Amino acid sequence: MSNIKLRVNQETFELEVADDMPLLWALRDAIGLTGTKYGCGIGQCGACTVHVNGNPVRSCLMKAADVEGQDVTTIEGLAVGGQLDVLQQVWIDQDVAQCGYCQTGQIMSAAALLASNKKPSDEDIDTAMSGNYCRCGTYVRIREAIHTAARFYDASGEGTS
Amino acid sequence: MSDKLTNLIIKGLQGHRLDRRTFLKLGGISGAGFVLASALPRTANATDKPSLVGSVDLNAYVSVGDDGKIVILSGSPEMGQGIKTSLPMIVAEEMGANWDDVTVVQTSIVDTDRYGPQWAGGSYTLNMNFELMRQMGAMARDMFLSAGALLMELPKHELKAENSVVFHPSSGQSRTFKELVAIAYKQPIPAVEDLLFKARQEYRIIGTSKSQVDSLEIVTGVGDFGIDTRVPEMLYGGYVKSPAVGGVLISANIAELKREPGVIDAYLIKGNGEPRELMDGIGIVGTSTWAVFKAKEKVNARWDETEASKDSWTDFEKFAASVDSPTGDREVVSRGKVDQVFADDSNLIIDSVYEYPYVSHMCLEPMNCTAHFQKGGGGAKDHLEVWIPTQMGPRFQTLAESLYGLSKDQLTINIKRMGGSFGRRTSNEYVCEAIELSKRSGKPVNLTWSREDSIKHDYFRVGGFQKIRAAINADNQLVGWEEHAIGVQQKGKPVIGAGFRDSAFPLANFPTARGTMTLTEMNTLCGPWRAPWSNTHAFVTQSFIHEIAVATGRDHRELLIEMLGEPRWLKNGDIRSMNTGRAVDVIKLVTEKAGWGREMPAARGLGLSFYFCHAAHVAEVAEVSVDENKKLTVHKVTVVADVGPIVNMSGALNQVQGAVIDGLSTMVGQKITMENGIIEQTNLHQYPVLRIGAAPKIEVHFIQSDNEPTGLGEPGLPPLAPAVANAIFAAIGKRVRKMPLIDEGFTV
Repeated sequence: MSNIKLRVNQETFELEVADDMPLLWALRDAIGLTGTKYGCGIGQCGACTVHVNGNPVRSCLMKAADVEGQDVTTIEGLAVGGQLDVLQQVWIDQDVAQCGYCQTGQIMSAAALLASNKKPSDEDIDTAMSGNYCRCGTYVRIREAIHTAARFYDASGEGTS
Repeated sequence: MSDKLTNLIIKGLQGHRLDRRTFLKLGGISGAGFVLASALPRTANATDKPSLVGSVDLNAYVSVGDDGKIVILSGSPEMGQGIKTSLPMIVAEEMGANWDDVTVVQTSIVDTDRYGPQWAGGSYTLNMNFELMRQMGAMARDMFLSAGALLMELPKHELKAENSVVFHPSSGQSRTFKELVAIAYKQPIPAVEDLLFKARQEYRIIGTSKSQVDSLEIVTGVGDFGIDTRVPEMLYGGYVKSPAVGGVLISANIAELKREPGVIDAYLIKGNGEPRELMDGIGIVGTSTWAVFKAKEKVNARWDETEASKDSWTDFEKFAASVDSPTGDREVVSRGKVDQVFADDSNLIIDSVYEYPYVSHMCLEPMNCTAHFQKGGGGAKDHLEVWIPTQMGPRFQTLAESLYGLSKDQLTINIKRMGGSFGRRTSNEYVCEAIELSKRSGKPVNLTWSREDSIKHDYFRVGGFQKIRAAINADNQLVGWEEHAIGVQQKGKPVIGAGFRDSAFPLANFPTARGTMTLTEMNTLCGPWRAPWSNTHAFVTQSFIHEIAVATGRDHRELLIEMLGEPRWLKNGDIRSMNTGRAVDVIKLVTEKAGWGREMPAARGLGLSFYFCHAAHVAEVAEVSVDENKKLTVHKVTVVADVGPIVNMSGALNQVQGAVIDGLSTMVGQKITMENGIIEQTNLHQYPVLRIGAAPKIEVHFIQSDNEPTGLGEPGLPPLAPAVANAIFAAIGKRVRKMPLIDEGFTV
């Protein structure tokens, strides 16, 4: 066991966790941020996607102790100041989800894509989102929603986090 | 809540007592007791969680606040099929509510007397609740109309309700629901036979697109999934069972497990031998899911495997290969002179053998349940509270009584949103495991299976083989049809999904047809998997009809339409039987929309299929191309479905799009195998799922016929595999008779 300080969504948490505990379980069970989901534990499904220093990572494969001192953003931190991220709003407007379990991971991957590519093509989307599995098969809507969000940024001249 | 309103509520409740005559009327009309209880306002039977502050209940499903906000309860479990949105839309429609005023709340108890069936499955939930939802909405509207008549001093029958306003069209007078609620709840509850329902052309909510009522919670990560249940003093739990189903636990290294980091306790648990209830296992509770997962890897147990499964997929293949006869010993359907047409030398006989594997549900949210068992004492009874992602709340309620002796008043059952189910969450073993851990630890326990557990202990879609043949006469007409499924039984009974049923096209209607099965005993657990039977039977039969079309030089579409015959219900008055006219309509429209018969470039083809199941008539056309390396691209799938009127258009489209992708994902890469009773696939790296890049364009059309509305969770899936298989043949002349396609050398 070690004592670590995790910086998550601009807040610092002091935790005592097993040395090998993945970030996923530190978020879910130690901090109580359950928006990040467990799906496979081997980096195949993407349900546990979070950002570390802005980059999308699979939190099931990364030890919590290894991200000490780095900036972790989870789905709970995507909406800033009570304002939904454009992706979240589009996801609601276009009724993307079915069961919804994978969607927080999908949105985190999409946010990372739009942060680096303001006008992604279908191919860009397929590449960036290929690590996120949707068991219900909402891929068509995910693609459309990312395009819609990108058009919004294009029109407003804004970038995403 | 204002004092004035409080007083009104108290008076209102007094005035709300129904007389016995009304009770009988309500009960008698519906033919089911629950309408009676549903008509009662919830506050008259305050077992559910309290209403919003300052609100009154108009009936079991509808509450209205003094601010005009409307709460509609959802009594059926949500697994991604959209029922939590579509059922309340029906209530809101009949009520004349403005959808923006509506908040939907999941019922927090299982009470089928009060809320109706409260289970979900078989694409039946919408259909079986539609009438009750209409009644709840129309009752609430009637009470608002009565209130409006009183307040505006106008004849009630001249009033209408829309957008949460009661209005008088000829004079233009109106009162909002907010202005009327304090009066409305005191109005008599109308008898069911006096209720007036809207005509379809008056619908303002039904048929429109609404985002799921939980969309905000889903995208912000605060969704109501079972796995996310957190209650005070809760421990995390895990359960290790025999790797091959049926092993009896002899001993395990419990003392050692208790010393593992983060482990609080470990137990040897004896089950009752029922896989859907409680099997022997090692239970572990700890301070985090991770600690429990790690400890589970350290389990060293001895199992008596005398009775455990020794199943082998290879042996099953050998068994199937040893069956030669076109006819099996277990008859499902037989009609006409089948032997005669197949023995007639002047007839051409076409025959094939198809194969499909076991597949897993692979719900992305693993199986889980949180349970809190509180031992009674000092006069108090034992109490159990559970938080279950389940399609079958009432089934657990029954089991709690038979297995644990807990009556309804000792139970609190919270039905949680499911992270996918597809038929999986219909058993109770993950609930019982959580209960055992809570009983022993004295704490609430969140039991979470790992992904590996969720595969190993799944109730799989059963695999199988099928012989199929057709007789063609000298005039090139199809005159005989025979199917012989080689499948699986358990304790002498076919498992769910084995072979086919007599309601399946064309066995259900073709004049000279026989369907039989030969079954072998296997122990691997099987269960309902999205469109049971149909998800494999459609592949076999609808591919084979195309084979017949090719062999006889006929157009597939024309042959299909001919095989359906005159427009008719196969069972008069039964909405759940096939209507050949509806079938022909979807086939005609899908071929028109997909451009059937157009010239295609080399190595690119169109494939058609039709299937009837779950009261739905669905036809699909797939457009695919295959390159020289057998890389398959599904460019587009066109779907036409007739499920009657659509309630939530967005939800309906989503279900069909999802079914197409699920069907393709399963067809392309998924296969579960077992040897010596052990499932060989352990996680997603051995069970490929379709990724976004392989998702085709999907065009969906609905024929919104005047039949009763029926569900869409399942029926979009079965036609996909044969449509793609037929398109592959059209593209490259290769007939696919085996799933998954990767075993045939294809990639996507």
